[in-house]
Amino acid sequence: MNAFSWTDARTVDEALAALDGTTAVKAGGIDLLDLMKEGLATPSRLVNIRNIKGLDKIATTDAGALRIGPLVTLDRLSSDDEVRKRALVLAEAAGHAATPQIRNMATLGGNLLQRPRCWYFRSEQFNCLKKGGDHCFAQEGENQYHAIFGNQPCAIVHPSATATALVALHAKLEITGRSGAREVAIEDFFSTPEQDVTRENTLGTAELITAIVVPAPASGAVSAYTKLGEKESFDWPIGEVAVVLEMNGSVCRSASIVLGAVAPIPWRARGAEAALNGKTLDNATIADAARAAVAGATPLAHNGYKVAIAEALVRRTIQAAGASV
Amino acid sequence: MASKQESKTSPSTTRAQKFPVGIAGVEITQTEIEVPASEPPALGVNSTLNVIGKPTPRLDGRLKVTGAARYSADVRLPGMLFARTVSSPLPHARIRSIDTTAAEKYPGVRAVHVLERILGSAVVRDTSKEMPSKYPIVRYAGQPIAAVAATSQTAANEAARLVKIDFEPLPFVVDEDRAREPGAPLVFPAPADQEGTAGGGGGPQGIAQNGNVRGPSKGGMFGPPRGDITKGFAEAEVTVEGEFRTQVQTHSALETHGIVADWKADGLTVYASTQGTASVRDEIAEVFGLPKSRVRVITEFMGGGFGAKFGAGNEGVLATHLSKKAGAPVRLLLDRKEEHLSTGNRPSSHQTVRIGARKDGTITAIHLVNYGTAGVGTGAGAGGPAQNMYTCANVLTEEADVFINAGPAAAFRAPGHPQGCFALEQMIDELAERLGIDPLVLRDRNDANPARRVERQRGADVIGWSRRRPAGSDSGPVKRGIGVAQSVWYRFTDMDSSVEVRVTRDGSVELLSGVQDIGGGIRTALAQVVAEELGLKASDINVRIGDTMYPNGPASGGSVTTNSITPPARNAAYAIRQRLFALAAAELGVAPDALSAADGRVFVASDSSKGLTFKQVARKLKTEQIAELATRTPNYGKPERGFDNYGGVQFAEVSVDTETGIVTVERIVAAHDCGRPINPLAAASQINGGVLQGISYALYENRLMDRNTGLMVNPNFEQYKIAGSRETPQIDVVLIDEYRARSSTDAGGIGEPATVPTSGAIANAFYNATGVRMREIPMTPARVLAALADARGRTGGAR
Repeated sequence: MNAFSWTDARTVDEALAALDGTTAVKAGGIDLLDLMKEGLATPSRLVNIRNIKGLDKIATTDAGALRIGPLVTLDRLSSDDEVRKRALVLAEAAGHAATPQIRNMATLGGNLLQRPRCWYFRSEQFNCLKKGGDHCFAQEGENQYHAIFGNQPCAIVHPSATATALVALHAKLEITGRSGAREVAIEDFFSTPEQDVTRENTLGTAELITAIVVPAPASGAVSAYTKLGEKESFDWPIGEVAVVLEMNGSVCRSASIVLGAVAPIPWRARGAEAALNGKTLDNATIADAARAAVAGATPLAHNGYKVAIAEALVRRTIQAAGASV
Repeated sequence: MASKQESKTSPSTTRAQKFPVGIAGVEITQTEIEVPASEPPALGVNSTLNVIGKPTPRLDGRLKVTGAARYSADVRLPGMLFARTVSSPLPHARIRSIDTTAAEKYPGVRAVHVLERILGSAVVRDTSKEMPSKYPIVRYAGQPIAAVAATSQTAANEAARLVKIDFEPLPFVVDEDRAREPGAPLVFPAPADQEGTAGGGGGPQGIAQNGNVRGPSKGGMFGPPRGDITKGFAEAEVTVEGEFRTQVQTHSALETHGIVADWKADGLTVYASTQGTASVRDEIAEVFGLPKSRVRVITEFMGGGFGAKFGAGNEGVLATHLSKKAGAPVRLLLDRKEEHLSTGNRPSSHQTVRIGARKDGTITAIHLVNYGTAGVGTGAGAGGPAQNMYTCANVLTEEADVFINAGPAAAFRAPGHPQGCFALEQMIDELAERLGIDPLVLRDRNDANPARRVERQRGADVIGWSRRRPAGSDSGPVKRGIGVAQSVWYRFTDMDSSVEVRVTRDGSVELLSGVQDIGGGIRTALAQVVAEELGLKASDINVRIGDTMYPNGPASGGSVTTNSITPPARNAAYAIRQRLFALAAAELGVAPDALSAADGRVFVASDSSKGLTFKQVARKLKTEQIAELATRTPNYGKPERGFDNYGGVQFAEVSVDTETGIVTVERIVAAHDCGRPINPLAAASQINGGVLQGISYALYENRLMDRNTGLMVNPNFEQYKIAGSRETPQIDVVLIDEYRARSSTDAGGIGEPATVPTSGAIANAFYNATGVRMREIPMTPARVLAALADARGRTGGAR
């Protein structure tokens, strides 16, 4: 790890003033420390935002939306009553991430911004596309945990479980820069390798996520979240699904279905959503939707099994959401 | 009875002694054996004893859970320097030059050392055929090359990056199938051999080598092939055959390899994370040309070894050189990546097993062909179970090592046996199904071991074997099943095992031995044995171990520790007891052999009211301290190795999600024998650990090599997956007390057999659940779904 200096920001403005291309923002510090220890991040200065007041709040707006500060820990997110009531998939996603120790430290903002876990990216020995190299080692290498959708030219899967849930919830991010705040739909925040292979999102150098806003649940909304890992303790998912359905009796008015751990971004399964919209939620419809969710998958040599898993998880997660009507 | 002095000077004097023999709860008989007269009287069975055989919490448990126990990683000495190794980033290369100038100039750096030779790897047999090179040829990525010592770890880490190495890259191969092909890059230019360690490992020497394939060799550690398999298969009415693969597993001890070396003019002291204080001393003394008496090795506590921590290792040699050069203590602790890459692993296997049997279930022939890779090491054999589990008259094992450019294997908790059992025990299961015989009955017919027979019965009762249904009985997506597999292991004894017991006039008791606690809890077992003899509590005994200043202890490998070191502990305590009884007898006016000791008192056996406290007796000592030294005596007429076998029978209950490929182990029943259990609580703990490591091996752990670059892609604890708390099933331990009259404690070993059968039991339960055989571990969702799809294809989608 390189030597670095330290700024303890007390306000958002102080933090923004300190940020430039050579600095790194530190919230929980979980992913940042990993990156620095492997020499993948070599910031000259860490800007600690952990002590900025007000960024660790969970509030409910008059319109019934949740406004969540980026410093809220995954542990708190998983157990907060309001979050569980209004955005259960988010609480579930946060509660199934990582380990209890990490959830105590890791923040929602950091979880959204963490870098991918691809083992080629994570080892300084592989100068891959994402690090400015000219080669994606996963394409012809050990790609059993890699993307089955949108996996060119880089086959990472997006690592954030909370992102999967927040896309399904149609959340928005409040992003603050030196010239003020802007709001962006979370779906538009994440970027594909084709857009910029070295990045996973569109956050600017001197910008912070200052709030995560989850709109009020629609009437008749039901939801479910599933994470499947090879192990249950301390493992990354090989498949992850968040489902939010707006039900009218047994008819699905509108479905939001997002897959995690299958693509470089949270992967919205629009085909599956279309297969449910306006339909009565029966087993045949659900099976059709699950098949539609994986149509068009482009697995690599060692990750074809993830297609079958994704299909099964979409089916089961829709069933679980439907069962909660 | 002869006095102590007479018996010591007349070792040929023997006496006939009756010992209990048999299995508690089944049948115990008495057998008469001639033993040296200096041996203590025979111990009764555990139910008649006060301390031995009673579940006893670890004496050092509190130190461990509060963090007060000092591991090698915790050692901090005044003026100590911190070191970092420089390792090869390439899998195969010749080093043209090394420039350490920049590293040496880095602020805080006190010494830099470049390795002259590499320990732990095979070497070219005829040295004239090795590639010409000033430095050792790099044969795997992560091979240590040099190390830097500095005043801080940060400075050492930074300076290590400044060591400039000019590599000439060479063609490499990290895939064992590719390595076997003609024209594959050669790992060694000529035939190579590797020496074993105190814990096993290494293969037979001088084997023929063709390309990267060394062998095959036939037969095993206890002798050549048995009988004639051609004849055996001709006699068979049913033959089954299967092909199986197992992965490379890394040891992944929580405490990495590490050492603090303190070189001084009058001698070297090293604090090592080792399972053999004496074997580390011996290796360092040899490498540095020091008298053994000038090398002191200390291992107060160690965080796991599993077979990979017997020697000084390259890191120990580097740390010692650095300490010598810098004139200061040097701490060199490997990081997790180095640990995965360069400190050992369990070899892979690619086995073809063929078994022939008569219709009545009598096995007539077993044939195993195995190709495994131990990386740049040797010893990938997996034939032990095929050779030694069943009484088959015709057994042939043909096994070859396949060299690849990956870190060398090392002995790993029952070398070869988990691999071998995974294949053999599935074939036994298949044979049982083909013959229409219950798998337990089939084993009863072919397994002569009396303890395993009892374990099959008791284990079957606990798991509820009668609930077991025909394979593939469940109709839903999640299928459940029960399976069984068993292990074989052997009684090895390290005769070079000594203990000193001291009593001081205040009545305190000390035990000294160089033996180290690999984690099995030997401190407590030793205290129990001495306490039993002296009529005290285990916590009354001050056990000092893990230091070569004390009498020589055994290395903890081969499940030898309790078997080797508890008899001399008892014998030394017995000699002390005789001396104390002589004093007490004089005071009480009775003959010494009329006395007994229990509950902190020495008393007349026929009238327990007549006696003295232990402290009162000690106060009568003529000197401040008395001491007795005892060394392991032979196994009462049996050799040191290769006669008894231990084992266990494990039952697994699993569920298989056929849509996601997830296998969940719901329950393991582990029935095991280890001779006389000294501390059943610690034995159960060993069995729990063995089961967990076995589950982890069956379902998760896998060293993954990138064939395009020759690098391991998962050298960490994130992607090298190890079972955790949520993967831990209900484990029911069934411990058998078995008496065989082999020593004054009659203790055996348990560390290794406990992990051997788990993967086979899980695989057989998987078959019982699904009707499909898993022929490769780890059983990842990818493999499970592929195997299920393959079976659907073969049965026209009926399943």
